Formats: sequence, structure tokens, C-alpha cells
Amino acid sequence: MLTLEDYQSDDPVAWCPGCGNHGILKALKEALLKAGRAPGEIAIVSGIGQAAKTPHYLRCNAFNGLHGRTLPVATGIKLANHDLTVLAEGGDGDAYTEGGNHFIHAMRRNIDITYLVHDNQVYGLTKGQASPTSEAGYISKTTPSGTLSPPLQPLALAVASDCGFAARGFAGEIGHLADLIVEGIRHKGFALIDILQPCVSFNRVNTFDWYKKRVYSINDDALYDPGDPVAAFQKAREWGERIPIGIIYRSRRRPLNEKQEALERTALVKQRIDPSAFEGLLARFQ
Amino acid sequence: MAVDITIRVAGQAGQGMQSVSSVMGKVFMRQGFHVFIHQDVESRIRGGHGFTQLRVGDMAVGAPGDRIDLLIALDGGAVEGDFQDLADEGIMLYDPPAAGIPKESPQCFPLPMERLAEEEGKSKIMANTVATGAAFAILGADLQPLLELLTEEFGRKGEKIVENNASSARAGYDYVAEHFKGHFPHTMPQSVPKQGRMLISGSEAMALGAIWAGLKFYSGYPMSPSTPIMEFVASAAKEHRILVEPAEDEISAINMIIGASFAGVRSMTATSGGGFCLMVEGLGLAGMTETPAVIVVAQRAGPSTGLPTRTEQSDLGFVIHASHGEFPRAVLAPGDAREAFHAMGRAFNLADRYQMPVIVLGDQHLNDSFFTLDRQDLKPAPLDRGEILRDSEIPSLRDYRRYAFDRSGISPRILPGLSGALVCADSDEHTEAGHITESGKIRKKMMEKRMGKLAGLTREMAAPWVYPSEKFDIVLLGWGSTLGLLKEAVDSMNRDGITANVLHFSEIFPFPDRKGVRDRCKDARIFSVENNYTGQFADYFNRETGLPVFKKILKYDGRPFTPGEIRSRIMDAL
Repeated sequence: MLTLEDYQSDDPVAWCPGCGNHGILKALKEALLKAGRAPGEIAIVSGIGQAAKTPHYLRCNAFNGLHGRTLPVATGIKLANHDLTVLAEGGDGDAYTEGGNHFIHAMRRNIDITYLVHDNQVYGLTKGQASPTSEAGYISKTTPSGTLSPPLQPLALAVASDCGFAARGFAGEIGHLADLIVEGIRHKGFALIDILQPCVSFNRVNTFDWYKKRVYSINDDALYDPGDPVAAFQKAREWGERIPIGIIYRSRRRPLNEKQEALERTALVKQRIDPSAFEGLLARFQ
Repeated sequence: MAVDITIRVAGQAGQGMQSVSSVMGKVFMRQGFHVFIHQDVESRIRGGHGFTQLRVGDMAVGAPGDRIDLLIALDGGAVEGDFQDLADEGIMLYDPPAAGIPKESPQCFPLPMERLAEEEGKSKIMANTVATGAAFAILGADLQPLLELLTEEFGRKGEKIVENNASSARAGYDYVAEHFKGHFPHTMPQSVPKQGRMLISGSEAMALGAIWAGLKFYSGYPMSPSTPIMEFVASAAKEHRILVEPAEDEISAINMIIGASFAGVRSMTATSGGGFCLMVEGLGLAGMTETPAVIVVAQRAGPSTGLPTRTEQSDLGFVIHASHGEFPRAVLAPGDAREAFHAMGRAFNLADRYQMPVIVLGDQHLNDSFFTLDRQDLKPAPLDRGEILRDSEIPSLRDYRRYAFDRSGISPRILPGLSGALVCADSDEHTEAGHITESGKIRKKMMEKRMGKLAGLTREMAAPWVYPSEKFDIVLLGWGSTLGLLKEAVDSMNRDGITANVLHFSEIFPFPDRKGVRDRCKDARIFSVENNYTGQFADYFNRETGLPVFKKILKYDGRPFTPGEIRSRIMDAL
């Protein structure tokens, strides 16, 4: 019988007190337990940044790679052993700037990975510079006159990319977030969960209180259909006085790993190599 | 060699030059001859001017010939340009209306390729097949084996296509027989077919070697001249259950193979210098996380876009030093198709045993050229996956440490999901358990652990190839694709009483057999032969052995050397 204790790591946590990451970590552990995935069945890949330290803080198989490169590593792991439940984790800089190309193509592939993006709208680990999701006009040491470009809209991009599963969670609503992660893990295909994560050290605007006043759960509305891309696109762009959280979009596309002929019988890593089988290839050259 | 004939097919991209040489090459290879084909083409789909060149011998050939015996001119550019390279007794077949200027030389034979193609093959595009048939007649070779091969190659495209090809070939053959038989000084004698002989390119040999070594995952982004590797793997993927995933960029490609390799399967990517630039970040990741990774870098002339379809050996220093920080790696540089095949199995074994990236350096001249191989040339080394622990070998599953300190530098792996233990890999400096650390003490030990692998690795790097004797007066020093060229240059010098030896490196980094090389070469006059501007290998050799290189014979125009060119440049310097 799995318990939360099974995911408990001994590694000391290096996040700031009060950081939204603590809530996300708690939600993640609850979700893994609820989804019934034992530590040995999980592989979590992360990049670089405060969010990317997450796999060190729970017990699982982990690969802490490079800034922005979580998704290619996670894709390689999933394709080599699709019996693993693969999650990827990073911040908004990791996911949406440095890893932008990989993000778009992971959605296109619809590889069965759950991607948790800790979106705090600021570069935390490098001490407070503007990020791709910072509000226009955000003043920081690298943008002393304020950010000139508007924030990237990850969920709108996800809907446009026919992403398998696109959701928004909030680090301040741990139960709701845990449920979203469970749904993401169970979804067969690429699952993006953009998580509103207040940064207590650098982001003075998008605080816990600021979000608490604005977020509402979209899936409470029985009339909202996440399978409708037009409605989803509108919802994905909603931001300001009211901010929707929940499952924004769902597509029924088959995931890449289910389409690969090489994986029809068994995971790649479980396939036996028999060099004598290759003899036939020589005929092409004879 | 009793038979040594060089045939150049010159024309525009899209005229089917490659198919003329590969069809001819395959027929002669099946008859028991040795064949070497190289190509000199522009980076375009249609037009321009280039050539493919086929050399047929009754003994091993591994280099372009110095003179052209038969030129098949498919365009005016060939009549104007390539004609200058013809041997004194060589002849040119050309198409008078298409080529424009008629040649009044006894070496020029007009052949109405396009007219015959339209009449007999129902399309102008059969002109290359007319030329192939004509070449067979010129060489005094039987037409039948050519017709058989055309049936084999085009059979799946339908009877009509086979028939049009056969009629075109026959038309070319008959035209030559009727109009100018007997003018060509070289003819192909009867030969004994050799069972199991193959005609294979450097790229195909690499792909084949990788598949033989148990390749399961390939990711890459097309880039000349590496692309045929990916294409061959993809063509075999279905039957052999290899997963090929096209990457959005080279950064993704290397990170994907690192992920797949971490999960436990043999994984590779291939690119050229420009793509490798993007991969360098991932190279360091493989080094730091100690994840096996095999990367083929098929060099082309750089920097930047350079000459996309042409050859150079200028990325040696780059691949040896690529990435920030320090970590162990191996660099291999096969010299021909046989070595290319074996280099891949070797690369996978080294990558798994030492848990590090291994780079296999090719170049356009090696990757795009075709060589003859025999079945016995392809006896692969046994698979060695290195140390991967079974659960019964782990003292405490709860405390498995991915980077456990060990004198060898090698910490046994487990595969995630296939073990009762958990594995944590990290690009940050890490503890034995794989968790982030800032400790100076651990950092120092971890550096020493990783770099400690170099000692064992250096000991097992293969010594250079020495040919033909142990007398070292003059040494032709080379690496990678110049293997066949150096051998032929040395043979030619030795025939004239100049004692010269080849010292050819196929395993480059870490430098192999330093003492042996130093002892042998200490009194020799060393000529390094390289396709680059600065003599990168010569400098590396000098740094590693302390031995001076007497002269660097360098070429950086994007074209390969010829044996005669190497010989004459050395003779000039003596």
C-alpha cells in the first residue's frame, strides 16, 4: 500500500520560505499517490531553475538536465521505456523561452508526458529579471524601462497546437492542482499544466492574494466543453479580473508512443538484440 | 593492377549521375572487381555542375584515380571543364546538340544520348541510361548483367519502366558498337564473381554498424553529408524495431538520445559540424550525467554553412575540445567503409563501458563515397553494455548511488523502471546519490572520479595503422578518410624506391599508444596529410608525442586529395 511517505526525499529543500513551489510539490506527491504510481514507475525530468529542483525533493527516478531541454530528454525516456510514467518540470523561462521550440514540438508529437510548468512570471534563480510571461511594463534590472513585449500565452499556444491536454492550476489551491495532475497523468498524450506560482521574493504584483481574488474553476461550469477548440481558445486568453483554472482543452489525438511501430510489442528497453537478424540487410548492397 | 579504370560521369544535378555510377559500380562489383565511387556535387537539387567518379580495379581501390579514362559528359560544362582532366588516352562520350560545342579531338565521341533516350526509352530522362549502356560497350563489357540489374532495380516500378530502361541501355550499347568500337585502350576482362561482395557507402556502413551494435533509438535533423545515415536507419527501422524520431533541432536530437540512453537503450544521432555546434551543450550533459551517447559528425567544409556538399577535416580540434568544463570522451575517425562499420560497434561499447559521449568523425569524402566490402570484413565485436546492475547485485536497494565513487571512475548503472532501486542523474555537480551539491570536497572527488576514466580508456585506444613496413624513414601521417589515399601514395613511392610508410589513426582521442608511436617515428621525416588549413592533427600529434612534423601537406578547397597529388607534393618537399 503506497503512502505519501514513499515519496519523501531526504534532500534538504532550497526554496524560499512561502514560495509557491512548496504547494506544487505537495500537490505533486498527493497526485502521484492518488494516481497509484509507485516511485519506481515514475521518471521526472527537469531543467534548470528553482522549479527544476523539484525531482530532488521527492523519491522517484529523476533526470535533472539542462535549462530548456526537459522535454527532449523526457521524450527520449518515454520512447525508450513507455511503461514509465514520465513527468517533466520547469519554470516559465525553462519551458517557454529557452525550451520554446521543444514545447511546440512536444505538443505536436503528443508524446505521453505530463508537463508541470511552475509559472511565476519572473526569473527567480537569477534574481528577478523579466520572463516571457511577465506582464508588459514589468520593471526589472534587465528591463529598467519595463518589458516592451506582451506576455506569451502558453495555454492559447497549446490550444492552437492541438495540445492533448492543456490546463491551468494554482499553487494556492493544492487539492485542485493535485486533481489536475492526476488527470494529466491519466491522459494518454501530452499534458500541459501551467501552474500559477507566486514568487514571494521577486514578484510583488502576482501574489497569493492577487490570484486568490481572481481565480475560478472553469470545470464547475457544466456547459464548458474543453473539447471545443474555439471556446477553449477564448478561455485560454481570459486574464485580468478573472482568471480561469482547470482543464481548458482536451484533444483526442493518439499519442506518439502509441503510433510507433517499434513499440507495438514491448518497450524498446525490453527488446532483445539478436545480431543474426541483421544478416538480411546485407542483401541490399550485394 | 591489371585493371584500373576511372570513369567520370559529369553533368547537372538531376541528370542522374549517381545512378550511372552506382549501376555500373554494382555490375562490376558483382563480377568480382573492386570499386570506389566518390562524388563532387553542388548543394542544389537541379542544375549546376558536378560529377560522380567510379574507379574499377582488380585489386582493392580506396581512393579516387589520378586520371580519367572515360568521361561521360552529360552537359556542356563537362565538355568544357571535365574534358581537361582526361588522360592522354582517355575518351569522352558527349551529346553533341545538348553539349553545344562539338569537339574536334580524336578523344571525343559524339553519342546522341537524348535522341536515343526519346526514341528508345520514350523520355529524355533516360539519357543517363543510354550513356550507361554506351559505357559498357566502350569497356568491352557484356550488356546482359547490366540489363539484369536494371530489371532488379526498376522491377517494382513496373514492366514499362524496366522496358524503357533496358531499351535505352541497349540503344547506347549498340550505337557505340556500330560507330566506334575498339577505340578505347582499356577493356574489362572476364572476372570471377565473388560471393557476398558488397558496394556500400561510408554512411551506409556507419548505419549498418550501428544497427548491428543494437541501435534502438535514433533522433536527428537532416544535414549534409550525414543524412544518408538517418535515412538508412529509417529504412531498416520497421523490420528491426528501431525507433527513429525526427528532431525539431540538433539540440533536441542529442537530448532525446540522452534520455533514451538513460532509460537503457543504445541511442545515437548524426549531423555535420554546424549541427554539432548546437549539440555541444548536450555533449557536456552526457559527460556530466555520465550517460552513454554516440554522435556521428560527418564533417564538411566550414565554418558556418561553408561548402555543404564538400569535404574537409577541420572539426577535429572542435570535437576534441567541444563543451565548457572537463569530462572524458572518445573520438574515433574511421578511414573507409569497413572501419566505419566497426567504429560504430566500438563507439557503442566504449560509450556504455565508460558512460560517456563518443564521437565518430566522418567527412563528406568518407560518408558519400562507395567502397567494396566482403562479408568477412564485417565481423562485429561482441556487444558490451558495460556495468548495469541486477537488483541482486545492489547491497541496499534504498541506497543505490548512481555516482558511487570507484577507482576506475565507473559507477555501475541501473535502468529506471527496471530495478527496485531508484536512479537520479544530475547536470549540476552532484553527490554520489545524484543530488545537487555545492560541497568543494565532493566536487573534487567527483571530478577525479569522472576524469579517472581516461586512464583505462587511453590504454585501450587502438594504435595507428602502420603500412607497409617497420622502416620509418618517411612517414605519411593521416587520420580518417585519407586512409586509402595514403596507402596508394606510399605504394607508388615505394615502387620507385622511396621508403615511405603510412601512419594512420582511426582512433584519435585520447591519443593512443603514445610511447609506441614516439619510438617508431623518432628518426622519421613526418609529413602530415590533412584536409584543413592549419594541420590540426599534425599539431595534436606534436603536442602528444613531442615529435616534430617535417611538413604539413594541406588541402582545403573542399575536394579530396588524389594519391598522385599527395605523392608529388611530398616529392617536391623532399
